Amino acid sequence: MSTPNRIDAGAPHVATVVARTQESPGIFTLQVRLDDAAAQTAYRFAPGQFNMLYLYGVGEVPISIMSDPEERDVIGHTIRAQGRVTLGLAKLQSGDKVGLRGPFGRGWPLQEVSGCDVVLVTGGLGCAPVVSVIHYVLRRRERFGKLVIVQGVKHAEDLIWREQYERWAKLPDTQVLVAASEGAAFWPWHVGRVTELFGLASFDPDCAVAMMCGPEGMMHAAADSLLARGLPESRLYLSMERNMQCAVGRCGHCQLGGSFVCRDGPVFNWGEVKALLAHRGF
Amino acid sequence: MLSQPDQAGFLPLDHMHVLVARLMQLGYQCLGPAVENGAIVMRELDAPDGLPRGLQAEQAPGRYRLTQDPHNRYFAWANGPQAIKPQTFAAKETLWRVERDAAGAQQFAAVKPVVPAQAIIGVRACDLAALALQDAHFLREGRRDRHYAERREQLFLVAVQCAEPAPTCFCASTGDGPTPTAGYDLALAELADGFVAVSGSKKGEAVLDALKLAPATSQQIEAARRQGVSAAASQTRSLPGRTLRDVLMKRLEHPRWDEVAARCLACGNCTAVCPTCFCHAELDEPALDGASSEHARMWDSCFGESHGHLHGFNVRPDIRSRYRQWLTHKLATWHDQFGRSGCVGCGRCIAWCPVGIDLTEEVAALTASEVKP
Repeated sequence: MSTPNRIDAGAPHVATVVARTQESPGIFTLQVRLDDAAAQTAYRFAPGQFNMLYLYGVGEVPISIMSDPEERDVIGHTIRAQGRVTLGLAKLQSGDKVGLRGPFGRGWPLQEVSGCDVVLVTGGLGCAPVVSVIHYVLRRRERFGKLVIVQGVKHAEDLIWREQYERWAKLPDTQVLVAASEGAAFWPWHVGRVTELFGLASFDPDCAVAMMCGPEGMMHAAADSLLARGLPESRLYLSMERNMQCAVGRCGHCQLGGSFVCRDGPVFNWGEVKALLAHRGF
Repeated sequence: MLSQPDQAGFLPLDHMHVLVARLMQLGYQCLGPAVENGAIVMRELDAPDGLPRGLQAEQAPGRYRLTQDPHNRYFAWANGPQAIKPQTFAAKETLWRVERDAAGAQQFAAVKPVVPAQAIIGVRACDLAALALQDAHFLREGRRDRHYAERREQLFLVAVQCAEPAPTCFCASTGDGPTPTAGYDLALAELADGFVAVSGSKKGEAVLDALKLAPATSQQIEAARRQGVSAAASQTRSLPGRTLRDVLMKRLEHPRWDEVAARCLACGNCTAVCPTCFCHAELDEPALDGASSEHARMWDSCFGESHGHLHGFNVRPDIRSRYRQWLTHKLATWHDQFGRSGCVGCGRCIAWCPVGIDLTEEVAALTASEVKP
């Protein structure tokens, strides 16, 4: 895996939207390409890192990178249209411009996973920062053991990339466990809480790494279950989300205890954050 | 007392203007105490003899009132709401701007701050300790903040020993005052007839050399030392000398948080006057003609609703969690980030709190041993 390399000129770089995909009624993906050739060459990210995307005159938002780190020309971002900036980003079409700073933060510990089972637990749009890991593993399949993908959503129609989950489920050594709290017609997966599926996950606790991203309550339940199955805490990771405005550990909003989530995370080992996650308000 | 007392000079009271004149000659914009809106703040001096005398302020929880020093000294006031922080970490400044042409092409450019060389006359030991913490944050190895660095490099600091700490002061207990020991270019201790003056940097040494002061006598140096000792002894508030990190982090569900939340207005005054608070919001200000937009940063407060805002939910929706965030960051997790507490004992958060919440009192209640965590 190449070392992440941030492009930083004290201001964003211009990037062009090269593709826009509507993933679900409220979720869309923007594939962007940096306009400046030198910036494009210099830019390198690791799965789990994020970019700051800037919408002209409106502001910046931190967005996880969902594309493959070795796909060098376009950078993918899957976004929920929710706030002032993302509702505006949702209106962009191919050819439109955005500003981009990044990549920021610490990504997933993919080096550590080598040779072992990979357990991915995601909830809602938490799958976006993790989908780059799925692609990463599938493209380098021989380096890893089993791949277990556990994904939960509130409503069946919230599941994005449904065809991909169906395709992944058919791959050898790959287990896909999907749950929707509220099902729908022709929903092929579990109806109920995603936490009910953790027991079905098939992995070797002595040689597995788990990575989680999603609502904190869900990650807590997943952690309890995975640790009870014998997974050592040192191999349990999660991606945290906090208000991020500067992305370089300066503005202070994303602080989680002594950590700046944007700089020291967003990926943390469970042991680093579990104490504070037990308290509301950090 | 001040570092290197053996090299101390003595600046007679009626020669204060010579020091200011020298700094002005060197091209410094000189800031000194001035009264504005009923408080002592740092403002540009218009002439070498422009430093006011006799200013003093009475401070108590939720109270700050100007008074007159009966001895007509230059620096008998303890501290005002702000000192160095606004000069190095600007309350609001543009970081970068973007221009957009009719075809939609965008061009981004970092904005370089325009900063005059400034000398601040009358900073206190607590302010210097706070500046060192701001330096640690903004000038972090490998991630220097260009805007802060630009301002910081041009500063000339004339520190003053606090002879009369306010009742809200507790710098002696945090180990940061009342006598400045490091981080200044020049340090002064005001005696009845003049100042014992020492330099703390090459820049300061050059200024002091140019003034050709008579050496301070051993009696004068001893008087300054005693003044510092008695100023420390006069402080009535304190924080425990030990690290509060573990004790506070073990009491995150203590009932006192609810109790203080009932009094706290979440106005953010404490964070605005705190010389170590560094939180800032980033915001965009598009021009009315749509052809450009500026991306600025502005002081922010963890007491504000937007500080913990995330898409669809707020990490800290209530005052209890915001006060707890502020206090545990300042006194506990600051140790993880910077190797010491984030409180320098200036007491500003106590004086400028509209309801007089006293951090030292909250800490005492939270750490009282008879209360189970």
